[in-house]
Formats: sequence, C-alpha cells, structure tokens
Amino acid sequence: MGIAAEALKDFKGFSLKKLPVEEPLSPGHRACQGCGEVLALRLIMKAIGSNVVVCSATGCMEIITSPYPQTAWRVPWLHVAFENAAAVVSGVEAAYKAMNRKGIIDSPDTVFFAYGGDGGTMDIGLQALSGAMERGHNFVYACLDNEAYMNTGIQRSSGTPYGAMTTTSPPGKKSIGQGTQKKNLPAIAVAHAIPYVATVSPAFPVDLMNKAKKAAMIPGPAYLHVYSVCPTGWRHAADQTIQVAKLAVDSKVFPLYEVIDGEYKLSRKVAKPKPVADYLKAQRRFRHLTESEVAKIQAKVDADWDTLVKRCGAEEAPAPAKEDE
Amino acid sequence: MSKRVGMEVSIAAAEVVGMTNVDVIAAYPITPQTHIVEHLSELVADGQLDAEFVPVESEHSAMSTCVGSSAAGARTFTSTSSQGYALMSEICYIAAALRLPIVMAVANRAISGPINIWNDHADMMMSRDTGWVQTVAENGQEVIDLLLHAFRVAEDHRVLLPTIVNLDGFTLSHMIEPMFLPEQAEVDRYLPPYVPKLRLDPAKPITMGPVGMPDVYTEARKAQDEALKASKPVILEAWKEFADQFGRQYHPVETYQTEGAEHLLLTMGSISETAMTAVDAMRAAGKKVGLARIRLWRPFPADELLAAVRGAKTLSVIDRAPAFSGGCGPVCCEVKSMLFDGGCSPYVWNYLAGLGGRDVTVEDFADMVAKTSACADRGEPMGYEFLNARE
Repeated sequence: MGIAAEALKDFKGFSLKKLPVEEPLSPGHRACQGCGEVLALRLIMKAIGSNVVVCSATGCMEIITSPYPQTAWRVPWLHVAFENAAAVVSGVEAAYKAMNRKGIIDSPDTVFFAYGGDGGTMDIGLQALSGAMERGHNFVYACLDNEAYMNTGIQRSSGTPYGAMTTTSPPGKKSIGQGTQKKNLPAIAVAHAIPYVATVSPAFPVDLMNKAKKAAMIPGPAYLHVYSVCPTGWRHAADQTIQVAKLAVDSKVFPLYEVIDGEYKLSRKVAKPKPVADYLKAQRRFRHLTESEVAKIQAKVDADWDTLVKRCGAEEAPAPAKEDE
Repeated sequence: MSKRVGMEVSIAAAEVVGMTNVDVIAAYPITPQTHIVEHLSELVADGQLDAEFVPVESEHSAMSTCVGSSAAGARTFTSTSSQGYALMSEICYIAAALRLPIVMAVANRAISGPINIWNDHADMMMSRDTGWVQTVAENGQEVIDLLLHAFRVAEDHRVLLPTIVNLDGFTLSHMIEPMFLPEQAEVDRYLPPYVPKLRLDPAKPITMGPVGMPDVYTEARKAQDEALKASKPVILEAWKEFADQFGRQYHPVETYQTEGAEHLLLTMGSISETAMTAVDAMRAAGKKVGLARIRLWRPFPADELLAAVRGAKTLSVIDRAPAFSGGCGPVCCEVKSMLFDGGCSPYVWNYLAGLGGRDVTVEDFADMVAKTSACADRGEPMGYEFLNARE
C-alpha cells in the first residue's frame, strides 16, 4: 500500500449536512463579485481546518485578504513574495519539524498549506514548487488557476488556454488570441512522484473539500489544481460563476481526477458531454473564435480526455458525490 | 575555556554556527561559501547538530525558506556569495521588513560580468540598503566571533533584524588560521536560546506580510530605519559582554596608528591586515600615516568614523566595488556624506582596488598614500581611480 493509500484508509468524506462551521478565511474580504477563486479557497480552508499555517504567494488572494490593518485570516498566514510560496512553506515545515523534534514546541499535527495563482505557480513559481515537491516537505499546495495574471490586469500566463483573449494575447489580424496550449501542471506534479495530486472545482464543493482534506492527511507533498473562475477576466456575468465551472467539467475541458500514489483515478465520469462550444460561448474571452477554431479546441479536449481516461486505466469512474449533483 | 586551533575559517564558522544549536539551515551551493554549508550538513548528517538542513534549489528559495523558518520561530542560518546574493536579494528586503532575525554569512565575491569567483565587495554593497545589520570581518577569529555576536544581536527583542557577517571570499573563507574556538558552555552562556516575540502559531494566529497601502507604507519604512539605528546600542552592549567573557573587545570602527596621523587609509575587511603592515613601514620611514577600518557597516557608524578621521589632512578610501559613474565608490560616497554632515573636509581620493580577486600589496598602499598626498598638495580636484588598471 502506498503512502497516500495508507494515510487515507480511514478517510471519511464530508457531507453537505455536516460541513465544518469554522471559516478560517472569514467573509468581508475584498474579492470581486462572483469570484470563484476565493470560494474555492474558502472551501479548502474549511476542509483543512484551523490547525494550519498558510503561506500565500502575491496575487489576488493575497491582496483581497490582507489590506493592513485588516485581515480576513483567522489562522496564521504569511505572505512574502510572488514566486516563492512553496519555498516559504518549506521553511515553515522544516522549522516545525526541528522544533517539534527538539521539544521546543508540541504541534505534531499542524498542516502546512501554500497557495498561488497560475502565474505564481505555473510560471514564476514553478522552480520553487518543483524544489519543494522534490525535497518531500509535508505540505499542501493549491494552484488557484484562473488562467491569466488577473491581479495585474488579465495578462496571459502558461495557464491561459488556447484561443483566449487576454491583455497580452489580444486577438488581431495576425493573432488568434493565446496561441499556445495550456501547460499541464498536474502532470508535472505527478512527474515528481508525490503521493497525492488532484483537480478540483468550486462547482463541486464536496468533491473539492474531500480532496483538500485528503491532501492535508497525507504525509509528504500534495498538489491541488483548483479551477478558479474569474468573471472579471473571463468576461461573464458574476452570477454565472458556478454555471461556467459546471460547464468546464461537463464539457471535459476541466476533468476532475485524483492521482493517488501515482495511480490516476477519475473523480467524475462525463456520460453525456456538453459541446465545448457551449463552454466557450459562456465567456466573452473566447467570443472572437471562429467555428473552425472551436472545432480545433473540441478535438484537443477530446484527445486530452482520451489520454486521461487511458491513464486512469478504465472507462469507468466512480459515481459522483450525490451532493454535488 | 576556548581552545586554540588551526582550522580553515569556513569550517570554524560552521562549527560555531553548530554550537548555536541552530534549528534550520537552508542553503544552495556557490563558491566560495560552500565549505561553510558543507560542514554544517556534515554536522547534521553525523548527528552532532540537531537541525533541519534544507538543500534548496536556488538562493532565492534559500532566503525564502529562511523567512518561513524564522517566521515559524526557529533559529535560522544561511550563507551565500555574489550571484547567490543577487538572486536572493528580493527576499532579503522582505526578511528585514518582517523583522526576522536570520543570520547569514556572506563569503564576499565579485559580481558578474565578466563572471569571476574571486573576492571583492560587490555583493556586500548590493546588500547595503536591504535593512540588515552588517558586520565585516578582518580575520578568522573575527569571523567566528562576529557570527556569535550576530545571533545575539539579531534575536534581541530590542533589535529583531536579520544580520549579515561579511567575510572575504578565499582570502578568509579558505584560509587555515589560528583561532580560539569557544567551548559549547561558553557559547551557551553568551547566546541564550531564541525566544521569538511573534511566531506563526495556530494557537495565536497572526497575519504577516500584509499589503501596505500609501497611507502606511512610509511609516513602515520609517519604522525600519529607526529599528536599524536603534540596533546600535545593542550591538555595542553585545560586544562589551563578548569582551567581558572572551577577552576580545570589538568596536564599530578600528583605528591603527591614527594618533597624530596626517594621512589615513580607510578600509574594510581582510585587506586591512596588509594595510596595517604598510602603515608600519610608512611610520618607520617617518611618515605620519594611519588606518581606520569599518567593522560595523550597517547601521553606519558615522560618529565613530568621524571621530577616527577628524584632523587628518588626507583620506585614501579603498572601495572594493564600483558605483559606475557615481563620482566615487559606494564606501567613499558614504564617507564623503558623513564628512560633509560633520563639517570635516580632508582631501579625499578614492581607490577602486582589489576587484575580482586582484591582490593589493603593501607597496600599493604606500603608493596610494603618496598619490593622495601629492594630489592634495597640488590642489587637484578630488576623484577616484581604478588602482593599477591597464589602459
């Protein structure tokens, strides 16, 4: 039995009727209306609980929760810079390890959690994250992926999907918008042979919280890739956040899966996939795309899904959590 | 009792850091700092030091890991040089702003380009305005003494600032020197266990590193300036207690043969030992020459330095890093500012010497004094030159 499977053998999931009441990330922060990122972060914090130290990369979630002298954090929280959240959490974890061992403190069960956006994780913070995963620190890392540098004004990142309009990948006579394919960071995390990798979406809150809890329970590095809907940057109405997130999963654009001890497992099969066009049409960042470009994107989504299903070793996925239906 | 040993300075430095019972060391290899962290990793591997040695993937992550560790309440150490310092410098500013008492040994080395692994003070000058307490060692004994002193000062609740001990790469880091190495009990007596004032603790949550809007940013920077200036009495007190316990008294500025001196050399670091030999030779030849050496680089010891140079006719200030087109090197720039504020106006000539590992000899110091004195006599405008640079 692998490290993760061993740690999860007595795992009990959340149910909507018995959600933790605590809110380590409190309301009253300054996120945009309809922010899917802060919703996901709030749910992760509820799942992890209050015996935690949080390390934040610079970005939307840092700015909106910590305008001095206010703070939205009811748990210890440290922000240092943009590209180093994984290195900072390495230091916190190492300090706790040494101080627990030397009898200076007695906090053996504290969870170490770091997060960053797609820019802070997939671009400028990739080296620090790779180092921390390779060294095997006991931490949970969440990439809150809203598919562009939203905090600085919607510039493209390596997490921006093909065809998307951003302020530095504008469509034009010689441009289709983002001209490159989205970097597959969960696969890069898996390549580090860490015990746990999962994708989560705020449209499926029980699945999200269960995975966050698992990530916290497993010793060693755990990586969560968080689909973080951004109405401001994706150009849709603030009340469409959950619909867009659901469409992403139901069109196979953002599959939900886990990789436990290196074994891929689909979290949710998609029996009757919605056309990718429906997903694209819901957001004005894709409105310039021609039918042929949409067809290209559909083909890529289908191919990626097939690859994922093959990695999972079976067509069948477990039944989804009822509460998330 | 301290024991007298002959030891490579880097190894002795690591031994002393080990004796502080440091909790976390995060480091990345760069010449010429490597022997310090190599030996620390050996102490951890052999079970002689109970610490987490975090072999990070870059200096940027080294300092980031140190920030996380220190914020969590652990005694924390790292070491770097040159390009490594340049890479981590972003986080060095933040470490000081967060008031984290990290201790770092910097084995001073030239900055690229061209790439050059040898000794000068470009990295030290780069770190000048980061808000760290900084001392500069002249010899091996000072390296280990200043390291102990650094932990003591940094962790004092009246200070709580990160601290750098500068030691010249190779000329100190790789030399085998005679030193008095303290015993564990002596270290324990001088350096109490680290008690953080605030730490990242789920039982008492705090928010560290929030956004500082325009309405508070100025005040935050002013508070940092005041904190660094306020560290000075603690630095002096810790040196006094060091002297009481170990018998070696350190000062922010050391003077040599300054009594009645008309011409002064002004140096930092290991080059000062050569300069003292040069002063001896010039004194023997009847010339009124002396030396002032800066040991405390930050907070800048303006009062002590002014007292040391007041009365001299000329100053030959040696800089070991350029400040391109700035009118003089970075040390000389500070010295001139201090002289102006102090109403003191000797003739100052600035020599950019010992760059990228080039030797500065006893004869060079004699030439510098002679040239400064001649320029002063001729009434030439003050300026700077790259010593012995070929055209």
